Amino acid sequence: MRVLSDVVSFAPASPEEILRPPQPWFVLATLLVALLANIAPASGVFMALRPDFLAVVLLYWCIQAPRFVGVGTSWFVGLVMDVADATLFGQHALAYAVLAFAADYFRRRVLRFPLWQQAVQVAVLLGICAALVLLVRFIGGAAMPRWTYAAPPIVGALLWPLLSVLLQHPQRPRRGSDR
Amino acid sequence: MRPIPVESPAFFHRGPSPLARLAFFGMLSIALLFLDTRYRYLEGIRQIAAIILYPAQRAIEMPGEAVAFVGRYFADKARLAEENVELRQALTAQGPVAQAYPQVRDENERLKTLLDLQGRYGGAGTAVEVLYTGRDPFTQKLFVNKGVQGGLAPGEAVLDERGVVGQVTRVFPYMAEVTLVTDKDQAVPVKVERSGVRSVLFGNGTGRAPDLRFTAPSADVRIGDRLLTSGIDGTYPPNLPVAEVVDIERDTGQMFARIATRPLSGVDRSQYLLVLGQAAASPARPEEPAESDVVKRGRGRGRRG
Repeated sequence: MRVLSDVVSFAPASPEEILRPPQPWFVLATLLVALLANIAPASGVFMALRPDFLAVVLLYWCIQAPRFVGVGTSWFVGLVMDVADATLFGQHALAYAVLAFAADYFRRRVLRFPLWQQAVQVAVLLGICAALVLLVRFIGGAAMPRWTYAAPPIVGALLWPLLSVLLQHPQRPRRGSDR
Repeated sequence: MRPIPVESPAFFHRGPSPLARLAFFGMLSIALLFLDTRYRYLEGIRQIAAIILYPAQRAIEMPGEAVAFVGRYFADKARLAEENVELRQALTAQGPVAQAYPQVRDENERLKTLLDLQGRYGGAGTAVEVLYTGRDPFTQKLFVNKGVQGGLAPGEAVLDERGVVGQVTRVFPYMAEVTLVTDKDQAVPVKVERSGVRSVLFGNGTGRAPDLRFTAPSADVRIGDRLLTSGIDGTYPPNLPVAEVVDIERDTGQMFARIATRPLSGVDRSQYLLVLGQAAASPARPEEPAESDVVKRGRGRGRRG
């Protein structure tokens, strides 16, 4: 089994595996790609189901690299998202800051679970994030969105296993690098 | 040895605790939200940021455009031929109308001069293409491919070939935001085509039909009536089709009837839209001070029945 996971390097890392710290440029690049994925034009079903990629990637880095990405960084990224989205200033910023805080709280235990169980917890966190945005908009007097508003956090959570494997790949210790 | 990215013990200095940070940034967000909703001071910052993000936004559209281009290129030939026939028929059908148009326009012009009315709208429109729909699930907005550079200004009416789509609400250098008539509380002053009864059409948000508010239960409105812009607010030129009445609930116990409508334009479907230049300025309303957010909400809400 051990050998197999070494060969198939895209298999998820076990909780015991020590990952190397990520390169700052890699963190930045992934955040940028997530932002672009968020603002890419879409319509119909894709639009309704599109998860908040940025929230998922931020959550990943808040859990894996809390020294690079914390509450402050998330807040700033949220502000950029607000501008890109032309929504209220501070709406995503607030949601992402809370997300980062929650991630810091959860992070020590969430990685002990297998990926699909992590995804369940991630769904809860993304749901809190979405509920916060909903609350802010209600105070601002917005109309109730459709029930499909609940879909993106769930889709985001389903993407979690895939995204974790992809994002942790460059941090996996290479075979023979220090043996 | 490589650094081990595990927890550093608490006695290493790592700045304020996450809770302190959350409190700080949370307060900051709430302050920003307040400033943005109340005063709209931050439009300048938004403009600058929009310019920076513009190349990225266009870049992300390129793959989609390429796919659409290839798709169009290989479009079914039979379908194209069919469409061609249909278009030809439509052209023939509209021929007499088109030929009569210059004459009618001239006549109209003369009549207007006679009546000493100033032309309320120049007739020149700007064709725009929809870039993408707004991602915000709480509002009904579109982004179009022209902005300040294309001569667009906030407050201008946006139409498609079937009727009014909405209003330009925010203008960036290379694109503009259009708020649709279905957006919550977006108001369009209308009149019933058949009877001339004036009212105001209010959007009700995503997935809900706009309705006529402040209309007496006894008003002459029937199911199937077309609603045209009344031109009273000065934002929308008069006599543009907006919506059709689909349901009326008359309860004499209530002050007003509940009248549900269906927009005539392809509010969420049209790809190409027309932006009409700002109508000639009407004389200011005497009894009310000018509102700062006239652009967002139509003028003269709820006064006329």
